[in-house]
Amino acid sequence: MSSDQISRDETLHIAHLARLAITDEEAAIYASQLSAVLAHARDIGALDIAGVEPTMHAVSMRNVMREDVVEGSLDRDEVLASAPSSEAGMFVVPRIVGED
Amino acid sequence: MAIVDMSAREMAAAVRAGEISAREVVEAHLGEIAAHDHEVSAFLLVLEDEARRRASEIDAAIARGEEVGPLAGVPIAVKDNMALRGVETTCASRILAGWRPPYTATVLERIEAAGAIVIGKTNLDEFAMGSSTENSGFFATRNPVDPSRVPGGSSGGSAAAVAARFAPLALGSDTGGSIRQPASLCGVVGAKPTYGLVSRYGLIAFASSLDQIGPFARSVEDAAALLAVIASQDPKDSTSLAAGFDASEITSGVRGMRIGVVEEMLDGVSPGVSSVLDAAIAALVDAGATVERVSVPAARFGLSAYYLIAPAEASSNLARFDGVRFGLRVEGEDITETYLRTREKGFGAEVKRRIMLGTYALSAGYYDALYGKAQQVRTLIARDFAAAYERFDALISPTSPTVAFRFGERSDPLSMYMSDVCTIPSNLAGHPGMSVPFGAAEDGMPAGVQVFAPALGEGTMFRVAMALEASAAKPAVPVWRSAAAPGGAA
Repeated sequence: MSSDQISRDETLHIAHLARLAITDEEAAIYASQLSAVLAHARDIGALDIAGVEPTMHAVSMRNVMREDVVEGSLDRDEVLASAPSSEAGMFVVPRIVGED
Repeated sequence: MAIVDMSAREMAAAVRAGEISAREVVEAHLGEIAAHDHEVSAFLLVLEDEARRRASEIDAAIARGEEVGPLAGVPIAVKDNMALRGVETTCASRILAGWRPPYTATVLERIEAAGAIVIGKTNLDEFAMGSSTENSGFFATRNPVDPSRVPGGSSGGSAAAVAARFAPLALGSDTGGSIRQPASLCGVVGAKPTYGLVSRYGLIAFASSLDQIGPFARSVEDAAALLAVIASQDPKDSTSLAAGFDASEITSGVRGMRIGVVEEMLDGVSPGVSSVLDAAIAALVDAGATVERVSVPAARFGLSAYYLIAPAEASSNLARFDGVRFGLRVEGEDITETYLRTREKGFGAEVKRRIMLGTYALSAGYYDALYGKAQQVRTLIARDFAAAYERFDALISPTSPTVAFRFGERSDPLSMYMSDVCTIPSNLAGHPGMSVPFGAAEDGMPAGVQVFAPALGEGTMFRVAMALEASAAKPAVPVWRSAAAPGGAA
């Protein structure tokens, strides 16, 4: 498996995908640590297990439904009380769409 | 006998009979915490007022002749990744500092209904990612048996609290060994139930297909008593099973039982831990079980599969910590910069490492080779365990390959991950596993024996654990004696 070495640039890209700001120095450290873990995982990369069904979940279960009845939910004010910023019953976030 | 030396069942019986009050039980434990938690740092938050209030309510209910539940007045330490309405819940992460959940985890409702009292929230590796509690965003917890060593993790605070007699019972969560490994390192009992036996509602998710809540105690019977209270189907957790746990038959012994020793889990085990396992095997044979070696070949690949699957699920689960709805926000120029800065500041290094590892494993081009393959390996592990259970009623192994290590000794992530090599396979298979202390290994530190059973085989698993605990051949388990306590300090 050739995917067990991650470069510093690749690490910066992954960090951005995961919305983590990291410095170039940190990227170099993470790159070597992630590479070491992936190198360890090379043992399963080498397994010839084509055709084995994947297990997503230890318990096989079908969709679980509840009765279609209206129930109470969390208290809105209580939920908003723990948000960094809220106004008029809504979460406030920084600007998403440009002004122009 | 001092209240804090009693078992949870003795405490509850005495409270129910009116021999001692719940308030006295709570005061005794708060006193221990006040006197000694500075040596251990098990708690992130001690709920003094709430615990006293709750104890008084229980005492009043008893005075009125009301039924107060099987764990009446028993203090329980709770890992701080379980939500308790209105009480700060952090997962030991700076990103959740100050967060007060608007809801309560089902397990905490159940223990409260049983008369138990949450005495505090315990420390953990941030978001339950780690094996030493050194990754807490706030401070490290020390092993009560030797404060220069880690208590294990991620439920290190809960294990340490029980070992230090700050509470007779605790709740932890186990995604890859986070209950069993610290139980082994601190010399207490810790059990990870079958996936789905205990509701995960209100447990802040790390890897949803692997996470499971379970009990810590100083005896097997106490652990069983707590599991009996928390095991049940919950409409709020669609993965919970229509099953419970009956603790009444765990004392029936192991005569005639077939027990396998998992060969793949003997590699790399320290000589002291090996000796502990050998002594446990002898004790089980002495109790009438037949014990043989068995191979579970795919268990060798557990660590690799786990470190792809668990980070993948974590990278998705932890996307919710974005500075919008709860917890920390570090304001940026726009929403993307706000996400980047909030997560940079709020998460510690190990959490970032796992999020990145998971993001990578799930990314285009690597999905099939990494995540997909890991899920196939999961099938192999379940299959190999099933084959072993055709010949054996239960399996055993060391819980962790070594005793508690010293702070900073495992700064390399992969060496830290190795301490869960024996516990991870049962999470991948969804099977129950528990650690039972069985004497001391290197440097006089405690070491546990791990007992496994097939899915929903908790009855069998606890029978084996009981037989180990009851064995006349069981060596003494090292216990905590505060250096500050009169007559303590060996």
